[in-house]
Amino acid sequence: MKSKLMLTSAVLAFVAGAAQAEDLTLCWAAWDPANALIELSKDYEAQSGNKMSFEFVPWTNFADRMLNELNSGGKLCDLLIGDSQWIGGAAENGQYVKLNDFFDANGISMDAFIPATVTGYSEWPKGTPNYWSLPAFGDVVGWTYRKDWFARPDIQAAFKEKYGRDLGVPATFAELKDTAEFFQGRDIDGKTVYGASIYTERGSEGITMGAMDVLYSFGFNYDNPDKPYEMEGFVNSEGAIAGLEFYKALYDCCTPPGSSNSYMGEGVDAFKSGQVALQMNFAFTWPGFDTDATVGGDVTGYFANPAGPNGDKFAQLGGQGISVVASSEKQEAALTYIKWFAQPEVQAKWWKLGGFSALRAVVEDPGFVASAPYAQTFLDSMAIVKDFWAEPAYATLLQASQKRFHDYVVAGQGSAKEALDGLVADWTEVFEEEGKL
Amino acid sequence: MSFSITEPSGRQKWIAGVLVVTYAVLTLIPLIWIIATGFKTPQDAIAYPPKVFFEPSLEGYVNLFTSRSRVTPEDLAALPPPDTFYDRIVRQYDMVITGPSKYGERFLNSVIIGFGSTFLSVFLGTIAAYAFSRFKVPLKDDLLFFILSTRMMPPIAVAIPIFLMYRQLGLSDTHLGMILLYTAVNLSLSVWLLKGFIDEIPVEYEEAALIDGYTRFQAFTKVVLPQAATGIASTAIFCLIFAWNEYAFVALLTSGTAQTAPPFIPTIIGTGGKDWPAVAAGATLFLVPIMVFTILLRKHLLRGITFGAVRK
Amino acid sequence: MSDPLAHRVASATPPQLAHRIRGLSDRTIAWLFVAPTIFLLLAINIFPLIWTIRLSLTNFRTNRPNNAVEFVGLENYRKILTDEDTWIALQSTAHFLIWTIVLQVLIGFTLAYLINKKFRGNDLWTTLIVLPMMLSPAVVGNFWTFLYQPQIGLFNYFIAFLTGADPASFSMIGDVALAPWAIVIVDTWMWTPFVMLICLAGLRSIPPSIYEAAECDRASKWRQFWTITIPMALPFLMLAVLFRGIENFKMFDLVVQLTGGGPGSTTLLTSIDLKREAFEKWRTGYASAYAVILFVTVFGLASIYVKALNKVKDR
Repeated sequence: MKSKLMLTSAVLAFVAGAAQAEDLTLCWAAWDPANALIELSKDYEAQSGNKMSFEFVPWTNFADRMLNELNSGGKLCDLLIGDSQWIGGAAENGQYVKLNDFFDANGISMDAFIPATVTGYSEWPKGTPNYWSLPAFGDVVGWTYRKDWFARPDIQAAFKEKYGRDLGVPATFAELKDTAEFFQGRDIDGKTVYGASIYTERGSEGITMGAMDVLYSFGFNYDNPDKPYEMEGFVNSEGAIAGLEFYKALYDCCTPPGSSNSYMGEGVDAFKSGQVALQMNFAFTWPGFDTDATVGGDVTGYFANPAGPNGDKFAQLGGQGISVVASSEKQEAALTYIKWFAQPEVQAKWWKLGGFSALRAVVEDPGFVASAPYAQTFLDSMAIVKDFWAEPAYATLLQASQKRFHDYVVAGQGSAKEALDGLVADWTEVFEEEGKL
Repeated sequence: MSFSITEPSGRQKWIAGVLVVTYAVLTLIPLIWIIATGFKTPQDAIAYPPKVFFEPSLEGYVNLFTSRSRVTPEDLAALPPPDTFYDRIVRQYDMVITGPSKYGERFLNSVIIGFGSTFLSVFLGTIAAYAFSRFKVPLKDDLLFFILSTRMMPPIAVAIPIFLMYRQLGLSDTHLGMILLYTAVNLSLSVWLLKGFIDEIPVEYEEAALIDGYTRFQAFTKVVLPQAATGIASTAIFCLIFAWNEYAFVALLTSGTAQTAPPFIPTIIGTGGKDWPAVAAGATLFLVPIMVFTILLRKHLLRGITFGAVRK
Repeated sequence: MSDPLAHRVASATPPQLAHRIRGLSDRTIAWLFVAPTIFLLLAINIFPLIWTIRLSLTNFRTNRPNNAVEFVGLENYRKILTDEDTWIALQSTAHFLIWTIVLQVLIGFTLAYLINKKFRGNDLWTTLIVLPMMLSPAVVGNFWTFLYQPQIGLFNYFIAFLTGADPASFSMIGDVALAPWAIVIVDTWMWTPFVMLICLAGLRSIPPSIYEAAECDRASKWRQFWTITIPMALPFLMLAVLFRGIENFKMFDLVVQLTGGGPGSTTLLTSIDLKREAFEKWRTGYASAYAVILFVTVFGLASIYVKALNKVKDR
């Protein structure tokens, strides 16, 4: 209580020192958490006297618009909650303000945040203490399942008869596929239901975010840990090929019809409409299920990515950090927002409103796990994350994987080996152009 | 009306009528489905099989016009009971309304940019078409083809330099910038259409006016413009349709202040998934002004389309 | 009361000057009237185009402002023209272009022909038929993803109702074989009215006296159709084809919202491919060269076409 008072007064003092009330614009994607942030920011407005404006860009245009804005030195955004993969480009091109000095001066320690989010959202180059953002929204791919269906005696009996084991949360991807296959085409309450909804979207990043969850756990690596950017034998390793084949098999056997271009929104629709037993999605969607009229409460269960054939467990990282845009003329005021946002009690409220806080004080609080049915799954998933390339050329790298994966998984062209060999070639070309190879 | 031997027989008319009405009904089904979806609840919208009959709800419209935020159950319990229908709808989902959505703003931008650029392209198109129709303009055919050719450019092809140029001039994400851009895109259509209309107005009318002591300018405003009203109206419709509905430029060149509704509507999200009723409601309302405009001017639309390049 | 200042200015203006302003010469009026149009087109179309051409000869990347910009000559053009993906995208575009035009002209002309029979209420029905083209293509593309949903969407249920197939047994935008047709169907649904309106204008421009003369010569209806209706309406039909052709060569919004270019790269039309290069990969120089190639292609095809159109028109 005392520390809370002290912090609040420190913020007030800091703000009082600032010249005058500013009108700050915060840019982010247009989604549920953004609305929660508006609500949260009311406290900041009351305390600081600064006015917050928001510019939320839909996910499908978010990268286009915001990178365009950064690349052209636009002044629309003072604060930007940018996607994790942008950090390399934004840091190397000087588009974000480096936050190390600010963190030091204000006693903000990166040790206070979940390590994976610090690496994923704040550091560039990765693994070095150079910080370009403060972890703002932790997110990770995980699964939801129909707890109510799993609990039915008739379904349990049928599953046991077929697979000789109890129906439950799958421990491996192979079990997950069995479970999905079991539900595929099954009649439940007079409706045909399907196995699993997985990411297959073509246009932005969907299929990559989905396939990677499987690939990581099957033995895919971006490059040789000893020799950066050497990808031959890592991107297209035996395991990686098996992983991509698995993802295609899962797509072919167990997804609802018409799942060829499915991402977060489509996954939510499929799950909420009672089409699927299992659903892959980012954690940010979970609070929406919990309160939903049809799948809310005990109907929905949550679990982290299961293990691959060798027992490896990984999950694709989502989420973003909050940064100050270098071309903003209100950097000082923008920093006061980050300072306010980093406070433990603000972070605690952030979690309550549906924002996935990355602050350890929040997620390690004894009451955290009990505070939401998906809280434990979030923690478990956050512990096993990996992220896509965060290189300045990430968009080109992503375009290549989108095309290779979609051509193979959805359009059924070529083999998994050809797709991954092609990906090695594409990525090698990009890194050669970048002068990194 | 006198009987003509070329008038179709009653039976022919009947068959034609049945076929056209059949096509119209079929083609209107998707449109009716959009309108109907706007009045469904999100659950009904994604129900399968699709629900043809449903209990109408204003949830889509409420979600279209408001921003909502989830609140903790404790906070929700502490709030006074909802006193409006829209508060009640939102509270079902543990949410409260935090303010208006951006739809109103985006819609207003569409009105400003759509009508502004339509006015400008019809105005500039009319005077240019008049000059091309009546005067000896050097390199006339080349200029006309040049004007037409500007319409062939893929918008993406010029978007990069336009973006950089607009930054320099301070026109990016401004209404004026978008109005000028849409005007430029529409000018080709406008000049070509209007030249066709003005070509059809007999030169003798103006010559008579000039002999009566009118200046050339007066002859243009008092004689030619009223005669060309039909053509101007139908040109305006086509320009408005384009500017009202354009997506590629506005998605790439605007971020907030001057963004119109088309990039906004497809991306309205509800709790996690796409909010189809709100998307449908947004699309329906967005169609209304242009539909009214079209119906009011339908006589001109149907009678007047002799595209400029073709003479009678 | 009038504004005294304006009144003073007006009365101070010498009469000769006032006369000169009102009585501008034809030549001056011609230039005054044409200049704004030309100026705007130069500023917003031609200047950027020249800029695009200049960028196309470099390795410039908008997202790497610190990199040195090098002149690379025609390297970008060589890369694009030897890239197999470019040709695949061009093929998808050609498929889309040809089929939308064929279907829209056939259906549009038939409708116009029927409407021209002037049955009762034809005005009302024409207005209703025109409605789909009033929608925003982006919104249409987006909403049709919903209509094409195998289980939720109306389209599959409609086809199932007609054929007895299971609505969940096929996916219009998910199937490699069906997706190219899915985009053709939506574009045809949306833009047939446009072709219909132009055809209607063409049919109504045929003077009834010609048919009357043909009737006197006892020409059959069939013969009248092929010797009078079609030739007289042909310039209009060709114009409709020109406008739809240009529009669909540039097609971006509807298809990007509908399929995003998928499945795989089945519906990756050139404009979508170009947008990815320019605004997602940020290979500005490369994308500029791509844009120039597309522009030259459409410009070349359209020039040939307009020549043919003028011939038909002058006949």
